Amino acid sequence: MGIPFAYNLRNLIVRRTTTIMTALGIALTVAVLLAVLALVAGLRTAFESTGDPLQVLVMRKGATAELSSGMSREIFQVIKANPGIAKQAEEPLASLEMVTVINLPSVDSPQGMNVTLRGLMPAGVQMRHDLKLQEGVWFNPGQREIVVGRSIAKRYPAAHLGSRLRFGRGEWLIVGVMDGGQSAVNSEIFGDLNQISSDFNRADGLSSVLLRAADAATVPALINSLKDDRRLNVDAMTEKAYYAAQTASGAPLQFLGIFVSAIMAIGSSFASMNTMYAAVARRSREIGTLRVLGFPRGSILFSFFVESLLLALLGGLLGCVLVLPLNNITTGIGSFVTFSEIAFNFRVTPAIMMTGLIFALFMGSVGGLFPARMASRKEILTALRDI
Amino acid sequence: MFRFLSLILKNSLRNRRRSILTIASIAISLCILGLLGGIYRALFLGEATPAQALRLVVRHRVSLTQPMPVSYRQRIERIPGVRNIVIKDWFGGTYKDNRDTRNFFARFATEPNDLFKVHPEYVIPEEQQQAFQRERTGCIVSKALADTLGFKLGDRINLLGDIYPVTLELKVVGIFDEPDHVLTLYFNREYLRESLGPNNRRRDDAGIFYVQAASAADIPRIAEAVDREFDNSPAPTKTESERAFQLSFASFLGNLKLFLMAIGAAVAFTILLVSANTISMSVRERIREVGILKTLGFTRSEILGIILSEAAVISIIGGALGCLLAQGLCVGVRNSPAAGNFAQGMASLGMTPTLAALCLAVALFIGLVSSFIPAWGAARTTILDALRYSE
Repeated sequence: MGIPFAYNLRNLIVRRTTTIMTALGIALTVAVLLAVLALVAGLRTAFESTGDPLQVLVMRKGATAELSSGMSREIFQVIKANPGIAKQAEEPLASLEMVTVINLPSVDSPQGMNVTLRGLMPAGVQMRHDLKLQEGVWFNPGQREIVVGRSIAKRYPAAHLGSRLRFGRGEWLIVGVMDGGQSAVNSEIFGDLNQISSDFNRADGLSSVLLRAADAATVPALINSLKDDRRLNVDAMTEKAYYAAQTASGAPLQFLGIFVSAIMAIGSSFASMNTMYAAVARRSREIGTLRVLGFPRGSILFSFFVESLLLALLGGLLGCVLVLPLNNITTGIGSFVTFSEIAFNFRVTPAIMMTGLIFALFMGSVGGLFPARMASRKEILTALRDI
Repeated sequence: MFRFLSLILKNSLRNRRRSILTIASIAISLCILGLLGGIYRALFLGEATPAQALRLVVRHRVSLTQPMPVSYRQRIERIPGVRNIVIKDWFGGTYKDNRDTRNFFARFATEPNDLFKVHPEYVIPEEQQQAFQRERTGCIVSKALADTLGFKLGDRINLLGDIYPVTLELKVVGIFDEPDHVLTLYFNREYLRESLGPNNRRRDDAGIFYVQAASAADIPRIAEAVDREFDNSPAPTKTESERAFQLSFASFLGNLKLFLMAIGAAVAFTILLVSANTISMSVRERIREVGILKTLGFTRSEILGIILSEAAVISIIGGALGCLLAQGLCVGVRNSPAAGNFAQGMASLGMTPTLAALCLAVALFIGLVSSFIPAWGAARTTILDALRYSE
């Protein structure tokens, strides 16, 4: 027969100072891990929610990023003629784009941070369905006007509606703020292709082409026909795949965070081991009594083990509570693919909290096993005689 | 207090398992604190090396990706105080399969005759240096890179360009050693220009200029002079010390300062909890003993002192072990090939005496703070209460 669960619960409550301190130690360890996981999850959401599965991004063969890709107007004309492209009012939905980065002082780094600047055709704006204007108006083709992403407007003091930015050959007026939901577009600046490319002396040195496939079934065929066309010398992939691959930007921070929390977990296991050993030592007589009452060694082992798990679970829950305020806080990280900063929100998801709880239980089981074994091995007589 | 030293030591060792566990958990937490402190120091407080302290980096003001006209070279050279200058162009491109992150390393087109003047810290055998200056398709790789990818002299390296639409066929003619363990390949700029063909406008672009000043005192003046020189041109510049240039890459990894500090604080607070918990457990177990000590004539302050010193002994041992572990971790991180790519300046990662002293001070402080409340309580218990105490 098992020892009642309430026995463990009451014991934790009776020794509340020790319980709380040990649990807090575990909680902080869990919190460090969760904060890092929430950061990575936020980054992943930003990249994964960017792009449309129907849309195809075309870059020069060998290029892994729009920034290092090259594209000419001549090739664009050939690409545009591909029959797999969706049409709107007889015009194929295709946008020739130029991507570069400019350096702006941000809230986090006053000495300047890189921001993606994209020159695109009117079709390019249309094709990005989930993109809405939050304030102001869209840029006018032929004007020195730009629209900035929501995160840019928020994080870069120089980039609010109505102000002017200096790059290329002069000043540009910010006429609108766009909202791309969770996507990476929030960290970009949009302007007219012809204006921007001539300012950067790249009238024919453009970056990429964005296409819309007629329907989901034609996507692979469209990609293959572009890739196989030797005249073009281009690579094509879905817009979604391109952005999903950039999630790796968070890898260094993720590595550091997981490394640190793994080491902290060893320390916290030792601490919970200490607490459990003290609990076993102090309750020697109780253990003897339980044995006299007829509880077998296995029940004692199990009971102390469960108590340690309970302690850790409490810590895990506390850890989750500690990181919850991080949820939806915006931060930025540099992506080496776009060579610019992407802003995203921390995301504390249920799955992440579950990971935290499992992590805590793992610490609890490591910390509880040996003390529980010691408790179960006590001889009845010596246990009863202990002070 | 010293006459009680043996009592303090005996007490610390009395519950050996507990002391060892406490020491171990303090040591592990402090080793993280040491590592984080080390990274912070290496990235943000690190002193520039003597060679680095003389260097400036000139880039396009709008961003690093914008090129400048190569003609800037002569105009910068004319500024008083400039001793040497070299162009470096980021080539990018692909080596073998770029899905394998190991194949990612820095590739620069540069001027072989000036590279070693601006970088006196690069160590390379004389004949290899000459081969690099002589052979048009020759390239040199850093020792860290050669070790990582197993490059040997005479190896062929093919780079498929993206920013530059060319394919380069390079031959390793030299391997240079440098203190930062960076993964870098340099090849001849002339070869890139030739490959681009006579009509390509990029032939006369320069990515960044590395400038060596005659003395460190000239640095701010030169930086200002360069930026003023090009202020009203189509390609204005931004000139900063090499150290500041490197730091701008560290900030690229997100708000690293805040990240390191937040984790450090969480770790320190965890040690505080762990240590407070253990000390108070061990004091509580010994209240009766305190009563006996009191009947033997120990004063309150003596008892307080004994308990505090015991905590101090345990935390200092934990702290010292933590510093040793941290040094091991620092050396490991420093020598891992990723460190050079992650951020330059990591080569100075290590536990300096100041940092070690700081860690020990944190350990001691935590030991004393965490034991004060239980010690104070124990010292104030009256003899009768103490003797009667049972848990």
